Amino acid sequence: MTDRLGVVVSGSLESGVEVKLDGTVSVEDMAVGRYVTIEGQKQRFFGMITDIGLGVIDPRFTLTPPDIADPFISEVLSGTSTYGTLHVLPMLTIAGDVDTLIEGPQPVKTVPSHFSAVNLASQQDVELVFGGEDEKRFYVGTPLDMETKICLDLPELVKRSNGIFGKSGTGKTFLTRILLIGMLQKSAAVNLIFDMHNEYGWAGTSEGGKSVKALKQLFPAKVAVFTLDEESSRRRKVSTDFVVRIGYDEIEPEDMSLLRQTLNLTEPAVEAIYQLRRRFGRDWLRQASDLTDSDETSQILNELSIHESTFQNLKRGLNSIRRLPFIEPHTPVNSVKSILEYLDRGMNVVLEFGRYTDITAYVLVANLLTRRIYAQYRERMEKAMAEDSAKPTPLVITIEEAHRFLNPEVASRTIFGTIAREMRKYNVTLLVIDQRPSGIDTEVMSQMGTKVTCLLDNERDIDSVLAGVSGKSALKSVLSRLESKQQALIFGHAVPMPVVIRTREYGSPQSYQELLTTGKAEGGEQAEKDIEELWG
Amino acid sequence: MRLINSSLTDRVGEIIEASTSDFVAQCYELYELPPLGSLVKTKDGELDIYGIVCHATTGSLEPGRRPIARGKDEASEEAIYQSSPQLSKLLRSEFSALVVGHREKDRINQYLPPNPARIHGFVYQCPPDELKEFGRSLAFLTLLVNTNLPVAKEEIVPAALRLMSRAQDDPHAFLVAAGKELAVMLGGQYYQLRAILGRLK
Repeated sequence: MTDRLGVVVSGSLESGVEVKLDGTVSVEDMAVGRYVTIEGQKQRFFGMITDIGLGVIDPRFTLTPPDIADPFISEVLSGTSTYGTLHVLPMLTIAGDVDTLIEGPQPVKTVPSHFSAVNLASQQDVELVFGGEDEKRFYVGTPLDMETKICLDLPELVKRSNGIFGKSGTGKTFLTRILLIGMLQKSAAVNLIFDMHNEYGWAGTSEGGKSVKALKQLFPAKVAVFTLDEESSRRRKVSTDFVVRIGYDEIEPEDMSLLRQTLNLTEPAVEAIYQLRRRFGRDWLRQASDLTDSDETSQILNELSIHESTFQNLKRGLNSIRRLPFIEPHTPVNSVKSILEYLDRGMNVVLEFGRYTDITAYVLVANLLTRRIYAQYRERMEKAMAEDSAKPTPLVITIEEAHRFLNPEVASRTIFGTIAREMRKYNVTLLVIDQRPSGIDTEVMSQMGTKVTCLLDNERDIDSVLAGVSGKSALKSVLSRLESKQQALIFGHAVPMPVVIRTREYGSPQSYQELLTTGKAEGGEQAEKDIEELWG
Repeated sequence: MRLINSSLTDRVGEIIEASTSDFVAQCYELYELPPLGSLVKTKDGELDIYGIVCHATTGSLEPGRRPIARGKDEASEEAIYQSSPQLSKLLRSEFSALVVGHREKDRINQYLPPNPARIHGFVYQCPPDELKEFGRSLAFLTLLVNTNLPVAKEEIVPAALRLMSRAQDDPHAFLVAAGKELAVMLGGQYYQLRAILGRLK
């Protein structure tokens, strides 16, 4: 068998097993992250290469190296006196015991016996572990050096909050777009996407500056684009479904406390907001920022025991909020209501921020809308539970720059922290996208079901992403060696074991066609219609 | 080389001293020694005992009587022997062979036979076919490597393997396989291994 790599020589369950490579296998052909199967005496194990090393039988080899320019000498010595070693982390048992036979691959509870043969995993093995594409599983990419499809169980994925991490420019957005398309087709959940950089609604840009189609172009009947900046959308020739406006009276003190850092508010200033809200009611923002330097004002401030400097600090903050063009004294239509209407119809909503990519706007709007939507969902869910009626459609909220919402300081206060912690109780989960996962509260990180991570090279970021994962140190070496594009490590709830993938292609006409036909295979007439519209 | 090419049943000598691990044979003709490292065999009843030539000497028949230089007035070396024909009777060539296996019925075992060879047993040079058959296993290398020999292993082992490889269908593959076997056996003796491998090519 040509795929044989070597034999297991030592190891433990905790740290993985050491494999001595056969002389015929070149260490240079190996790659970290590749899959192997180990033929134990009673079980078959499925594992991943996490480290590759060189060994010599006698330390003198290293002191006076033999002349390997001579092909005969190098042929003789390779595999005998000098050899390659692999460190393999067995992850699953894929055949052998009863459980595996009935329930499919199981997590490993032991290690293969001495000198068990180690082979490269075949296409069938990988398919057995990650499953083929079906009505629940969505093809996200292929393992390294293989053509097998790695599929994610999306209904399972959206049951928990998930994270997509990676340095800037490593393909987070592409990956997210692919995942969103998958969810749209297969998860029976609706998405609400806070699209800071206008990448998901109509069109996005690839690294080369080329425009790629986004959700609405591919699935016009399933996606609605909301915008905060009508003008920018028009300029980009995006057909929008709704223009979001936020009234002063819609902003609550809780929305402000999250903006403490971005607006540079002091702690007493945040306290003062709550007092002002109590005093002025729903219209507090307008009234508070309209207070002028008068005796009356001083009297009010005295009554509320707010210090003058605190008030000035707060006022500066309030003014910068008022300056946001989409904030209006009064809005005719309730944005939250229309978003919910769309979501209820099974439409996925992408909220574009247009030119307002400033973090204040993003945090304010995302938090404000999400809080109300979540409250609605919670109410409906409780009602559904009480009356034993239909539960609301699961909702996945996608947020970018997640560390702004979920950093340890604010995570306990924001709605996103609550959603991440309480998870699926109310059928609302998060898809968190971030480039600095170390900035996210550890409690929130620990609650994430599935993490997809592109290349990270900051030690703290890597640590925080991998916190609590078994085989952490091994995965660490895999993670820091990902290529900077199109590669990602997926681990957690939706995959049976950590897996490195090469993301499926996105951006070519063929890739769109493939994505659309997956939907068609489901039997959806809509997809067929979509294709007709797209291709004429 | 002359002997390898001669008749398959060519006798090369007769045993004059034998022990469990080796035997010494005297050649019938002066200087007609099998090459160092070549495979020879002798019969012991049902058994064929195989040996690898690991040392050879040519000297005076009588231990106390050393040859003297005779060529001062001769034109060539051959002329010395022609003018003193008794020399070929007073001198003798001997070789010793390390026992590396035996054939019992049709089976070649590469370990020591139960009894040493007999004195006056005829010693034959193994023909290429037999060499090839013997080379199917490399277990004899253990005996060769682990016995104290009068000549360094770095000489005997490569000599034996080189000769044996010529009888194989794929001499290179044979040498690589043997090299790998040696690399394992001599895991702790790197310099010896390096010397042997250097002489194997």
